[in-house]
Amino acid sequence: MSVAIKDDEIDIVIGAVRSDLTSFLNEWRPMFSRFHLIIVKDPDLKEELKIPEGFNLDVYEKPYMDRVVGSSTSVLFSGYACRYFGYLVSRKKYIISIDDDCLPARDPKGFVVDAVSHHITNLTTPATPFFFNTLYDPFAEGSDFVRGYPFSLRSGVKCALSCGLWLNLGDYDAPTQALKAKQRNSRYVDAVMTVPAGSLVPISGINIAFDREVLGPALVPALKLAGEGKFRWETMEDIWSGLCVKVVCDHLGLGVKTGLPYVWRTDRGDPIASLKKEWEGVKLMEEVVPFFQSVRLPREATTVEDCVVEVANAAKERLGSTDPVFARAAKAMLDWVNLWKSVGYISSSSSAV
Amino acid sequence: MAEPATATEAAAPAVALLKDELDIVIPTIRNLDFLEMWRPFFQPYHLIIVQDGDPTKTIRVPEGFDYELYNRNDINRILGPKASCISFKDSACRCFGYMVSKKKYIYTIDDDCFVAKDPSGKAINALEQHIKNLLSPSTPFFFNTLYDPFREGADFVRGYPFSLREGVSTAVSHGLWLNIPDYDAPTQLVKPLERNTRYVDAVMTIPKGTLFPMCGMNLAFDRQLIGPAMYFGLMGDGQPIGRYDDMWAGWCIKVICDHLGLGVKTGLPYIYHSKASNPFVNLRKEYKGIYWQEEIIPFFQQAVLPKDCTSVQKCYIELAKQVKEKLSKVDPYFDKLADAMVTWIEAWDELNPAGAAVPNGKAK
Repeated sequence: MSVAIKDDEIDIVIGAVRSDLTSFLNEWRPMFSRFHLIIVKDPDLKEELKIPEGFNLDVYEKPYMDRVVGSSTSVLFSGYACRYFGYLVSRKKYIISIDDDCLPARDPKGFVVDAVSHHITNLTTPATPFFFNTLYDPFAEGSDFVRGYPFSLRSGVKCALSCGLWLNLGDYDAPTQALKAKQRNSRYVDAVMTVPAGSLVPISGINIAFDREVLGPALVPALKLAGEGKFRWETMEDIWSGLCVKVVCDHLGLGVKTGLPYVWRTDRGDPIASLKKEWEGVKLMEEVVPFFQSVRLPREATTVEDCVVEVANAAKERLGSTDPVFARAAKAMLDWVNLWKSVGYISSSSSAV
Repeated sequence: MAEPATATEAAAPAVALLKDELDIVIPTIRNLDFLEMWRPFFQPYHLIIVQDGDPTKTIRVPEGFDYELYNRNDINRILGPKASCISFKDSACRCFGYMVSKKKYIYTIDDDCFVAKDPSGKAINALEQHIKNLLSPSTPFFFNTLYDPFREGADFVRGYPFSLREGVSTAVSHGLWLNIPDYDAPTQLVKPLERNTRYVDAVMTIPKGTLFPMCGMNLAFDRQLIGPAMYFGLMGDGQPIGRYDDMWAGWCIKVICDHLGLGVKTGLPYIYHSKASNPFVNLRKEYKGIYWQEEIIPFFQQAVLPKDCTSVQKCYIELAKQVKEKLSKVDPYFDKLADAMVTWIEAWDELNPAGAAVPNGKAK
């Protein structure tokens, strides 16, 4: 049921937290080669990037980033947050972003999952946030709305964000993975569903896609933990960003889907080492989630930029004194919106529905 | 193509969980042959059969099941004038079974639902999965992207606050259906051949504040936590509407569960739904509902229960009041329904006085 989209409407943005992207890109080649790639190198990474031939891509590194946004602002883009620079400079409608330690997954029948095409299908079919469909995505092949689903809600709303999942190494936090050292996610759940309006969700940045034209600066490189590191167990930036996006989407009547597609996340790092190094993130969530649950955006906030600014101001007011990391996050969000206005070429024009 | 399991493929579990704490409520108007296939899974449990339609007809129950059976005469005898709240000529009458049960848990299933097979070909013990769902917490306050974190092989994802990981008590477990999906009449007419063959290996909590269409074909609940709110409304004979019994109950229980901090799960287990009812008959039953639900849904979405509604009965009476206030203008039917909701609570409290512990009813 997806609309036919042109290949040149899509950018694949990869944040390079590790320098050797050879096997990553070669594994994804069948899925990626049609599209334009934006590779953003973590400004803290010292080694040269190793990128195989045959891709249509642009690579962005620290010197360029400093020139475009200023060296004081480029600190926004260190670590996993380097990908946001790619979102900023992209000129395409859709962005797909996958962590550089993830490979294509296989479905239970053994077929390789084309995560790109799946994300695009999610983004180009409506979301249904106002009423839960018990057969999940009603627009999937072989599915539909169930008895009792109001007809006036069946056209759905635009899907702005698609969050995929991960086989093998699930996106658990460090304490959980450390406790269940051998646990790997082997359950392939064959469903996509809309996260209901009003319901918040931890959106992992490992495997996502979004409508850049609609969401603009709603994904924010803002929450940088004091001990933030180069493993996902040592970050919460995507979780903060995702909560912001969900609040904005709920306010503007946009949809967020979760579920398929899966990627295969390779074993990497040591959760116990990560836990020893950085455990503040887990504690901070106790403040972060109630904050986002309580944010109310005013009716006058009709654009994404307005909404992000409101969230930033609320964060500064309500969380700023709890921990300096929040005051910094709020400032980063405002800086980001300004950057978007000056550098992000396609301005977002979503209005409240 | 989805296929049901055969009677020999279903293997009885080593331990029948909650054997003495759960009743299986089955409404029927034809026969109970389907129980043969469920025997390995159902035989340890007590059944409550609610016979709809002609009370002079004898419904044959397969040998070896421990059951009590109620027909319309029994319902009238037991409830007297309050029997008016129990539907006739509609499977909504099943809620009488919830009322007379003395157990903590109820599983209800339609008589055209059979044992399904999972993708590995194994027969699915739906009852066992429902029990697992009910006995593990729900997580309505924050969505877990790996679905039920209490399932084997799953957990809470990064970013899920630890203070929310204890979860809340699960009041309802809503199962799904392979083969004939639970579509409304218009959808059935447009897609007569569509079959649900997708096995989605997940259980999840429906978030707080979100309503859903609850289907009564494959449903389990904690009668002590939510029983009085499981009234299936006025449907069938003499009523302007049908096929909205479970929907109505589902909207009521979700509002109440959200208010009382209880959880509702949906997803596994699957059963195999074998019979597609006649879509033209369904259309006639449903068509008022299709219009009315456009008013009903906003009503439930906006319903607020006052803080002093601390029990299910109090919540339900308050909802009945609001139905009368706000939905009567849609159709006088809602006025009658609101009264029936109150009658139901009165009947429930009469049959279930607080603190009484009573043994099962006797088979006829």
